Amino acid sequence: MENIISVQHVTKKYKEVIAVNDVSFEVRKGEIFGFLGPNGAGKSTTIKMLTTLLLPTEGKLSLAGHDVIKEQHAARKIFGIVFQDPSLDGDLTAFENMQLHAVLYKLDKRMAASRTEELMKLVELWDRKNSLVKTFSGGMKRRLEIARGLLHHPQILFLDEPTLGLDAQTRNLLWNYIQQLNEREGMTIFFTTHYLGEAEAVAHRIALIDHGKIVAAGTSEELKQQTGTDNLEKAYLELTGTSVRDETLSGADSKKEAMRRFMTKR
Amino acid sequence: MNTIYILWLRQMKKYRRSGLRMVLSIIQPLVYFLALGYGFNSIFQQAGRGSYIQFIVPGVVAQTILFTSIFWGANIIFDKQFGFHKETLVAPVSRITVMLGGALGGATIGVIQGIVLFFIALIFGFHPYNLAGVFTSVGFMIMLSLAMVSFSSGIGAMVNDMPSFMAATNFLVVPLFFLSGSMYPLDNIPGVMKVIASVNPLSYAIDAMRSSLINQSHFGLTTDFLVMSGTLVVLFAFSVFRFTRIEA
Repeated sequence: MENIISVQHVTKKYKEVIAVNDVSFEVRKGEIFGFLGPNGAGKSTTIKMLTTLLLPTEGKLSLAGHDVIKEQHAARKIFGIVFQDPSLDGDLTAFENMQLHAVLYKLDKRMAASRTEELMKLVELWDRKNSLVKTFSGGMKRRLEIARGLLHHPQILFLDEPTLGLDAQTRNLLWNYIQQLNEREGMTIFFTTHYLGEAEAVAHRIALIDHGKIVAAGTSEELKQQTGTDNLEKAYLELTGTSVRDETLSGADSKKEAMRRFMTKR
Repeated sequence: MNTIYILWLRQMKKYRRSGLRMVLSIIQPLVYFLALGYGFNSIFQQAGRGSYIQFIVPGVVAQTILFTSIFWGANIIFDKQFGFHKETLVAPVSRITVMLGGALGGATIGVIQGIVLFFIALIFGFHPYNLAGVFTSVGFMIMLSLAMVSFSSGIGAMVNDMPSFMAATNFLVVPLFFLSGSMYPLDNIPGVMKVIASVNPLSYAIDAMRSSLINQSHFGLTTDFLVMSGTLVVLFAFSVFRFTRIEA
């Protein structure tokens, strides 16, 4: 099978820290790929580089053959992304958020309209299409983000901790959609999560990153065999150790964190 | 083009839905207009300078636009904070388009506020010199608003938190406003103030407004236009530059 995501010798250095250190891996077309690792291991940095939000210090990343630095626009059309934190406009309605996305990705008006309806029905938000997004619960927002991320028929869907903070019912529902999409449309899924049970259940292949380096890669069976353990959680702890990490936030993130604290205080 | 339109439309919808904020933002300049206008009117007239209400209206209209536009960048901070920013950053559109869509939205809101204040002033007896002048002044309102929104967007792109943004803009807005001739004529002020006013781009905006609305000019309309155009180009370029450098 051909590779749709290719990461070759990628390094990202900040002033003092090396967030990602000479990382290489490939994801095959149509695969559900789990990207796991402790906090601060380099997961989000890698996703940001793959999705053109950050420039790597060294190395090459490509999506469906398009270099993410040299062919930024072409690469951006290939993926959809659901971020860790919401990225919707709360002052617009659910439908308006979808509409805006359709224009940003230059979709044909009629096709966008029918696809919007189809996707919003899939995530069970069509009845609420004219409600302002700020009135939605966390789970509803996440569902809307997934629908929006799929609107332009991306070949790859990036999901950065898509189930964080959601209840078991919503998590279950989300993974069902995602598996459906993968099977029906052959969409490649690249996700990160801290719930290892989820990764074990849905991921075809897994890469484990720690201290900015890939420490293991393979199917969850292979990882278990390699470590002589009987579940992924144990294999994970075997490979990454049991010490708790202090996450160092990148410049922008730490300022955002300070802002969040400032806003909630008031 | 479509992208710029939808990003502009987004700002218009948000503005329309902001409800009370729309009304509140007009109160401050209105108080300036009424309190200072009627407060100083008789003294101004005794000094032989004519009606102070006539004199102050162009300044207060410019003030409304200045205050609305210079804090525009706060919306960019909010977009960063609430995450919507990332949606535009990963989309296959250029940063210039994103900047322009938002900035045109902000400028439109600034000009609307300015025009609303102008109409309120009409009710209180302000009478413009002629109709052509009113249309000319709208042109200057657009220039002023675009320049200030560009500047503010650039600052918004540079910083990530509201306290820094407020510190940077507050630091500038008060001297810009009070040292611009918005509230007093520039011809008989001390030399130092005169120098400061003559390097303050806002002075030229206010002079242009005054020239077109009540036919009184300090620098001359051509000079006003040239200085404002230059300012607009520089601030727009600054904003585009800062937008292309945003990383998530």
